[in-house]
Amino acid sequence: MKTYDKLIFELSRPGRKGYSLPADNFGVNGMAEIPSDLLRKNEAELPEVSELEVVRHFTNLSSKNFGVDTGFYPLGSCTMKYNPKINEEVAALPSFNNIHPLQDASTAQGALELYYNLQKMLSNIAGLTEFTLNPYAGAHGELTGLMVMRQYHISRGDNKRTKVIVPNSAHGTNPASAMVAGLEVVEVKSKPNGSIDVEDLRPLLDDTIAGIMMTNPNTLGMFETEILEIAKLVHEAGGLLYYDGANLNPLLGKVRPGDMGFDIMHINLHKTFSTPHGGGGPGSGPVGVAKHLVEFLPNPRVKKGENGKFFVDFGEESLGSVSTFFGNFGVMMKAYAYILTLGKENIRNVGPLATLNANYIKESLKDDYLLPIEGVCKHEFVFDGLKDKSTGVTTLNVAKRLLDYGFHAPTIYFPLLFHESMMIEPTETESKETLDDFIEVMHKVAKEARETPEEVINAPLTTIVRKLDETGAAKNPILSYRALKEAAK
Amino acid sequence: MRETTDSCKIPLNFISTKTMSDKFMPHTEEDIRAMLEKIGVASIDELYGDVPEEVIYREDYNIPSAMSEIELRRHFNELGSKNKSLTIFAGGGAYDHYAPSAIGHLLARSEFYTAYTPYQPEISQGTLQYIFEYQSMISELTGMEATNASMYDGATAAAEAMFMMVASAKKKNRVLISDTVSERVVRVVKTYAKFHGVALTVIPENDGVTNLEAIYKELEEGDVAGVIVPTPNKYGIVEDFTGLADNIHSAKGSLAIFADPSTLAVLRTPAEWGADVACGDGQSLGMPLAFGGPYLGYISCSKSMLRKMPGRVVGATKDADGKRAYVLTLQAREQHIRREKATSNICSNQSLMALYATIYLSLLGKEGLKEVNRLSCDGAHYLYDRLISTGKFTPAFDKPFLKEFVLKTELDMEKINARLLENGIMGGLLLGNGLVEFAVTEKRTKEEIDTLVNLMVEG
Amino acid sequence: MSKILDDLRYADSHEWVKLEGDIATVGITDYAQHALGNIVYVDMPEVGDEVSQGEDFGAVESVKAASDLLSPVSGEVVEINESLEDEPELLNQDAFSNWIMKVKVSDPSEIENLLDAAAYAKVCEE
Repeated sequence: MKTYDKLIFELSRPGRKGYSLPADNFGVNGMAEIPSDLLRKNEAELPEVSELEVVRHFTNLSSKNFGVDTGFYPLGSCTMKYNPKINEEVAALPSFNNIHPLQDASTAQGALELYYNLQKMLSNIAGLTEFTLNPYAGAHGELTGLMVMRQYHISRGDNKRTKVIVPNSAHGTNPASAMVAGLEVVEVKSKPNGSIDVEDLRPLLDDTIAGIMMTNPNTLGMFETEILEIAKLVHEAGGLLYYDGANLNPLLGKVRPGDMGFDIMHINLHKTFSTPHGGGGPGSGPVGVAKHLVEFLPNPRVKKGENGKFFVDFGEESLGSVSTFFGNFGVMMKAYAYILTLGKENIRNVGPLATLNANYIKESLKDDYLLPIEGVCKHEFVFDGLKDKSTGVTTLNVAKRLLDYGFHAPTIYFPLLFHESMMIEPTETESKETLDDFIEVMHKVAKEARETPEEVINAPLTTIVRKLDETGAAKNPILSYRALKEAAK
Repeated sequence: MRETTDSCKIPLNFISTKTMSDKFMPHTEEDIRAMLEKIGVASIDELYGDVPEEVIYREDYNIPSAMSEIELRRHFNELGSKNKSLTIFAGGGAYDHYAPSAIGHLLARSEFYTAYTPYQPEISQGTLQYIFEYQSMISELTGMEATNASMYDGATAAAEAMFMMVASAKKKNRVLISDTVSERVVRVVKTYAKFHGVALTVIPENDGVTNLEAIYKELEEGDVAGVIVPTPNKYGIVEDFTGLADNIHSAKGSLAIFADPSTLAVLRTPAEWGADVACGDGQSLGMPLAFGGPYLGYISCSKSMLRKMPGRVVGATKDADGKRAYVLTLQAREQHIRREKATSNICSNQSLMALYATIYLSLLGKEGLKEVNRLSCDGAHYLYDRLISTGKFTPAFDKPFLKEFVLKTELDMEKINARLLENGIMGGLLLGNGLVEFAVTEKRTKEEIDTLVNLMVEG
Repeated sequence: MSKILDDLRYADSHEWVKLEGDIATVGITDYAQHALGNIVYVDMPEVGDEVSQGEDFGAVESVKAASDLLSPVSGEVVEINESLEDEPELLNQDAFSNWIMKVKVSDPSEIENLLDAAAYAKVCEE
């Protein structure tokens, strides 16, 4: 196929249309009642295109994308597992999609029951008491969880607890969420394997500490073996433990965050619970809490009455609201379908098989790629670039070369602990054959780096577009079709 | 939900019980054996040897046994049957607009929905281009120069608009929000303000519209970073903001307008009012009600605020061969670079819902969106006239409206709304003090409106 | 090896300053521009703004990094280098001749808190 490169605006011709609406038989002219000062002066230049043109345009755009359904997507820290099709089917049911969020609870019992059941299941899976499903994404869950943390201290009159401890290896979202929640970030150092340095942590724990944010396994995919000691120290100092659920997948079926001493956590339903990433969203970031924090969860809450009916509640001790309604309900439906499909039996296999897949790749590639931390990893691990540093081939080059071979790249240059980080997370849904194909290609790229490095350095060579001018894009931002037309003049 | 008392004991070290969900985990016993051998361990449990014994979970999960697709469909249909699909005459931030058939088909393309954030532009041009088109279309609607790749919802977009105004005011830390912004938006903005430490002042309304005089008085204090006002407002009223932007700008503050993007095809735009930021909820662009989400937040701004805008932004550029292409840009502002120095913690967008809006706006186009507004507006005025003519309703405010309006009545509306529900109709929202708010979209027919009116006044 | 000029004073956060009378000219060092890479935007203060030693007065952005600018002196901003608004890449071309702001200093003795060229060279080596 000839490469399609039109913008929808470039297909527009005056008079074309892609919609049909009923005739106006109301016999009134409502718009005439609005003073002309309050009406738009300049027309919005939206495209005028036929339905087929729209369908073909977006179908063509979809062919310029790479998704989990296209191929292996070993993007570390993102848990790109398979997105089951039954999830999409049930989430599209009209019996849920037509429900107005302000409908009387008696006419939305099915939706409320689903929300309630999912809250309960996540509580059990996480080892915590209650969940809110309102937060829209992982970062939004972090923010909500930190608000719970602050609200807890404020409710006790403990107003000097305004700092939160974050490992220096943490994802950038952690400190940013803390900033938005009004907390000051105190960094705790990591040991070479990415684990929190307990001796560095100890002196930080005073009465200004609201809590600590952690992932476990940590950013390098290593389990924090001293977690029980850390929990004890933080709790003794009057702080709370926040679990960033970004790395929950390897623990699914094995370990519950609540049992490790965490008081608050968020779960990324779009990672661990198979709902699609949607090209960046919508996700869902439910927040779970231990018993003493339940009353602080954001409004609205969904509860079950003694009569067995579900109802919407607004708690007075709540931290407030973080969403217009109940969050991304459509995403919750998919996660609920996934949990029911797995059932209590198969959910046990998720973490272990994800861990098996990651260790298999790691052991198969460490002859060609530099493994800075030896030992068993969990769902992911990090290479510090190619082992042979003499070739001039960087992690970026390897990542781009993988695109030529039909694989998505790993997460690169994160974590910041190494210069050439390459973070690989295969997930449990990939077969041994797929992993073997990936391993073979990674070896091939390493060989190319030694023998024909310029081929790797100039990659990608076969993609629809090649290396992009990112500097130009940032220097003179062109963010709309209108700006693009003006720039062309 | 199924009872879960029957416990199915899974031996801890036993993988692959050959149940139906194996379709998501392709490992055969032979695969597992070969992989363990390569790793050099004897069992999968050994891979968890570093986990303290006391935190390994050995109990049964309190969730049902695995369901087949047949059982799962049955379960969802049972739950769904406990919901009631209604003929909707309520809005309150979620509107029952029409969605063209093609949207669902295109949204179901898994090349779109199984992709991640477009970090590798060479293989993500599909996502990047539709975001660019989305930004272009929202900018056309708001009249503003720049739009980001989208936010979670309208309320969180308004909270981020508040942060933008504070960030660009440097040392000023107070924001005013009109009480005529939806309460569901105001309460989220309040939550964000409380924790982040922004001084938020709610300006009480004046006869259903923003009290501009009260805002001007607050501006005199000299500490106001920005002001947030709505169009249309929470009563459906199209407010008049003549003079507002000039007054705010001369006090060195910014103006953010919370606007329903669907109505901007016909109503005066945030840019035409002189706003620095526009924000709102894109649900009105034909998105399913879906019990409250996923919807779509949007933020647009003037060029001077661009670097304070949160979230992802896509820009046009060229590749090594000079070919036009699209890329995430202005990333240095974002949380993964700036960490605690970032102005926001958002690190995703509602990408698929932005695609939804883009396809919707492509199909409806320049004329269709105007027609949607005309039909909604005429239907709303028809209902308004019919209810007034019953003699049982009076106007709550004598102000212009588009698709949503408020009437006052002494009727027992709780009882009437219950009667409507029995007839499959969601009546107006009850605002207290005898105020009822109705919304009419292009989906409502004259016959449906006549039925509503007859049912309301017959008792 | 980055260029370091002998007649300037330096902050360990990689800003340089040249004091002439009570007017201080401030910019970023060659080391800083090199570390940032292609600079695409300079967020500058406004004339009339008050700045304090050690506090931020703006930021420099490259494609994938951003760095706050910390003022090496206290005082009032009297001039900014407007050519950086359209051509931020001037900082990459010559960081020392393309200053960012001029400040009327309130306390000239503050300059003693800053590093000389030799001490700054050591900071860059670390």
